[in-house]
Amino acid sequence: MSALSALLVRDVRIALRVGGGAMMGVLFFLTVVTLMPFALGPDLALLRRLGPAILWIGALLASLLALDRLFSADHDDGSLDLLLMGRVPIELAVAVKGLAHWLTTGLPLVVAAPILGLFLNLEPKAIAAVVLTLLVGTPALTFIGLVGAGLTVALRRGGLLLPVLVLPLTVPVLIFGVAASNAAVVGPVPFGTPFTILCALTLMSLVIGPFAAGATLRHGLE
Amino acid sequence: MELIGKELACTRGQREVFSGLDFRVAAGEALLLVGHNGAGKSTLLRLIAGLLRASAGTVSLDGGDPELSVPEQAHYLGHQDALKPSLTVTENLRFWASWLGDEAPALDAALEAVALAEIADLPAAYLSAGQRRRLSIARLVAIRRPVWLLDEPTSALDVASQGRLAELMAAHLASGGLILAATHGPLGLESARELRLGGRT
Repeated sequence: MSALSALLVRDVRIALRVGGGAMMGVLFFLTVVTLMPFALGPDLALLRRLGPAILWIGALLASLLALDRLFSADHDDGSLDLLLMGRVPIELAVAVKGLAHWLTTGLPLVVAAPILGLFLNLEPKAIAAVVLTLLVGTPALTFIGLVGAGLTVALRRGGLLLPVLVLPLTVPVLIFGVAASNAAVVGPVPFGTPFTILCALTLMSLVIGPFAAGATLRHGLE
Repeated sequence: MELIGKELACTRGQREVFSGLDFRVAAGEALLLVGHNGAGKSTLLRLIAGLLRASAGTVSLDGGDPELSVPEQAHYLGHQDALKPSLTVTENLRFWASWLGDEAPALDAALEAVALAEIADLPAAYLSAGQRRRLSIARLVAIRRPVWLLDEPTSALDVASQGRLAELMAAHLASGGLILAATHGPLGLESARELRLGGRT
């Protein structure tokens, strides 16, 4: 088994075992979305109009939840030292860790979104649009988050600093994710316009995230 | 093969830990780093492992693989054991073996060497401190890398395990490897040289 696939299998396995926290994000997502109708009142038209935005905010906050342990768990038990001593560039290792993190926290959010969409009285077309934008957009959230996780790796209470660092950077993803979801239902711009920008944001974060996070890890050790 | 450090200096938090440090360790030799707490033993090992940057000087491995850097040819046994509590003993070892080396690792033989074969399927969360230490030593046996950087390798080990570690180190030296170890006590190695750090206090 090659080094990178071994790392992917290890991280996914740890997340799925007891205490791994793979389901935490989905539970948080469920809580946020089910609370919304209680706060907004039983206005079905309003829920339908706000639905895509609620789902996106919920997914954004849920994907930040497990991010602070992404590198700090490896830092605390000494694994990060050995990861840096492998024959694989740390940027690739970071990218694989990001992929494992997305598979265990981002992908479940995408899978849960259609059910939660029903809670918000979304029509099938809007649900399909939200799921598609989340599928494309959540990898961007994870890979932007890698940078924040790398910067806060050695801090004891980095979990508090992380959202402050990461949330501003995720604003473009949020804007175009919600814009594309709304465009699919109400227009006036075609769905493709904001959606292709969302795809571009994701592709950019997939490239920049691992390099930036790799650099922060190298410096963070000292 | 010879590990050579030349004119090494390291500064941490604006304090100079050491400077102008030279050492040479040839294949089959062990060099023990001794000195009081804070003398820079761990710092020197982390520096050779590529985990800290030297403010001056170089570390090179003569006769090593020219394609690989020194850290890529070294095993580092630090204060932490780098184990995941939710993975079993074998899973932990298999991951580090495939991360640190290319060849097919001898996992069973390595677990046998540190007397952990009987609990190979136990999650690492249930291991004692000494057993965790032995599992991280198994990493050094499973994957062959010529340079061993050991930071207090005998901590948490009982007498029998210390004896086994001494045998493993002797076998590594006999097969042409070299060892740098930071230690306060004897490691059970014959003919080991000492490098005293922190002469100035």
